[in-house]
Amino acid sequence: MKFEKINSYPQLLERYKALQYLLGLRVDNAGEKPTFERDILVCGGTGCVSSDSAKIVENLQSEIKARGLEQKVQVLKTGCFGFCEKGPIVLVQPDNVFYVQVTPNDAKDIVEQHIVGGSRVERLLYEEPLLKRKIERSKDIPFYKKQIRIALRNCGVINPENIHEYIATQGFQALGKCLSEMTGPQVIDFMKKSGLRGRGGGGFPTGIKWEAARKFESPEKFIICNADEGDPGAFMDRSILEGDPCSVLEAMAIAGYAIGASQGYIYIRAEYPLAIHRLQIAIEQARKIGMLGKNIMDSGFNFDIELKFGAGAFVCGEETALIHSIEGNRGEPTTKPPFPAESGLWKVPTCVNNVETFANVPAIINKGVEWFNSIGTEKSKGTKVFALAGKINNVGLVEVPMGTTLREIIYDIGGGIRGGKDFKAVQTGGPSGGCITKENLDTPITYENLTAIGSMMGSGGMIVMDEANCMVNIAKFYLEFTLDESCGKCTPCRIGNKRLHEMLTQITDGKAEEDTMEKLAALADTIKKTSLCGLGQTSPNPVLSTMKFFKNEYIEHIRDHKCSAGVCKNLMQYFILSDKCIGCTACARNCPQNCISGKVKQPHVIDQSKCIKCGLCYQKCKFSAIEIR
Amino acid sequence: MENNAAICTADGAAKEMFDKLDQFIDSLGTDSNSPRRKGDLIRILHQAQHIFGYLPEEVQIHVARKLKIHHSEVSGVISFYNYFTTEPRGKHNISICLGTACFVKGADKILEEFEKELGIKAGQVTEDMEFSIDVVRCIGACGLAPVITIGEKVFGKLTPGGEVKKILSQYKSEVK
Repeated sequence: MKFEKINSYPQLLERYKALQYLLGLRVDNAGEKPTFERDILVCGGTGCVSSDSAKIVENLQSEIKARGLEQKVQVLKTGCFGFCEKGPIVLVQPDNVFYVQVTPNDAKDIVEQHIVGGSRVERLLYEEPLLKRKIERSKDIPFYKKQIRIALRNCGVINPENIHEYIATQGFQALGKCLSEMTGPQVIDFMKKSGLRGRGGGGFPTGIKWEAARKFESPEKFIICNADEGDPGAFMDRSILEGDPCSVLEAMAIAGYAIGASQGYIYIRAEYPLAIHRLQIAIEQARKIGMLGKNIMDSGFNFDIELKFGAGAFVCGEETALIHSIEGNRGEPTTKPPFPAESGLWKVPTCVNNVETFANVPAIINKGVEWFNSIGTEKSKGTKVFALAGKINNVGLVEVPMGTTLREIIYDIGGGIRGGKDFKAVQTGGPSGGCITKENLDTPITYENLTAIGSMMGSGGMIVMDEANCMVNIAKFYLEFTLDESCGKCTPCRIGNKRLHEMLTQITDGKAEEDTMEKLAALADTIKKTSLCGLGQTSPNPVLSTMKFFKNEYIEHIRDHKCSAGVCKNLMQYFILSDKCIGCTACARNCPQNCISGKVKQPHVIDQSKCIKCGLCYQKCKFSAIEIR
Repeated sequence: MENNAAICTADGAAKEMFDKLDQFIDSLGTDSNSPRRKGDLIRILHQAQHIFGYLPEEVQIHVARKLKIHHSEVSGVISFYNYFTTEPRGKHNISICLGTACFVKGADKILEEFEKELGIKAGQVTEDMEFSIDVVRCIGACGLAPVITIGEKVFGKLTPGGEVKKILSQYKSEVK
């Protein structure tokens, strides 16, 4: 592929028109006549790649070649379609046919029946679970119906490894517009009016953040993109970087122009090799076409971007810790002020924004403040991407307007709870957040509302839990995470969380004292008030939130030594029901402790003193003769 | 190269590895007198771990000298970040995702089964250096929960009871 330099904004607009044909089959009214007759788009996000989507691409290509159709059909790897539950996904355009759970072996049928034969591969179409009706178009699938895609607008549409396709989606026009028609303060004013707020957790207004960084005079300033998506269960930033890396590059350049910075850094987790790879390609191509580098579009503005790698530390999502990590130090946070806007990376004014925030910026500048303001609620404008995971039918990435209710997300989009079980809670905000219960399912999601009901927006991870999840155990899980990730610098976080964890372990072991809940609450309060950074200040939230909403579950563990979810091993005992046991010996043969005894064809007995509660007998028994009490 | 003596005598290929690392460091064009030279440290350590498989003291000292910083600074950074290890890992490193999405779907039971099958705990390596187990926090493939990776290969939607044994047997037969 040849990437020619674009020397001015008018030249960019010309190039945009000339490249429209690339998306001719995929976007309405793209204008120019496309080269191919069909585009087959295969999801190349991490989830689908893990399920062999690269092999699907390969097989599709060889099937097409075998039929001599190379000039008519092209196969492309795109970013994530979001519907991870049904991955790998293949979309055939312009027919707009959406195939789900495709395997490499299906390539032949797709080419033979669909491309050549003109029919559909019925078995690969999405089937609506209730009516058992096959659905052909993605927009008719309930999962997509309520979504509005701004940050994810290009994911699953363009080939992220070809910057020309990004240009064909109006790429870099927002930057061109800023450089040729607006001053830095005008860009900032525009962002302030748009009402865009940080999508990484705190929800701080982006325009105000930029304004603060502009205010400080300095010969050198930095823009940092925080791509250290550490919240377990959240993967929207990764998907954006894998599916539409150029939008982040463009937004960083815009931010650089606004605050007066000429160097940007993307701090990315080393755990995301595919996102790193795509970013490297995007940066290289952007330099070639002159969207990064010196004198961008003949405006006199210089901006370049470098990647910096994380190394597995959750606390580095905190901006001061992140900055220390880029400097090559231990990623320990420091107190604010001074804020990074005044003294950040190498003591220079620095502006740190999250990936999803950046991805919104070019769209807002292209489409205008009014358009963006028409989406969302009064104080929370636009959309938010959520990563739905856990015990839900449709695991995946969803982007909905702010103000959508949890019920809509979980039941309409998410398809309800897996296995027809009962919804128990949804955890938002990761290890810093809290859980939301049935009573609050109809709360419209905004920054303020989530905080008011004891959780937080966070980066947008939503972990759905059902009746089989023990909430004490979940709180313990989050604390284990915090313990692992606490940098150890301040005492409340280092020792306080350890003590909280010990108390929770006593509860799940059935060894807690009556007043443990009061002790937990008091210590949690101290940790929140006295910790140095956001990690410690929010680490007790999962404990406090589960104690508030599931008090009875705690009491049950402490007083009755019982875990009704059947999770806490030390509170369980396995028994063999003598009227159901036929003496098949399956349990005794599989028991690793050899603590099940009995004669063939006679009821068996478990020696409770030796039982380690591994549950193997329960799994192996075919006669439901083993009971957990 | 006196600081590399220990590794050199243990393994003839070591010099080649150090050369490779030096080439990488030189390619970065870091100014060894710049106060910002430490900014490349994490990237260098990633590369070093990629080359050596882990970060033994000899490698740490080597990197420290190259960047003209103290060994303690290098060691401090390594001990802070989970990604870096000072112990060798097994030929097949099993990473078990314990992110929230995997956890609520029973990833802890999958971990237990691997630990039981291999007779080692998370963070350890088997005596024959064939397998090691690591716990990771979310690899972002939540649609496949519970998910593990062995080397580059991903195994998703695992269920307790039998499946773990089957996966391991693929690798064990490969060993023999």
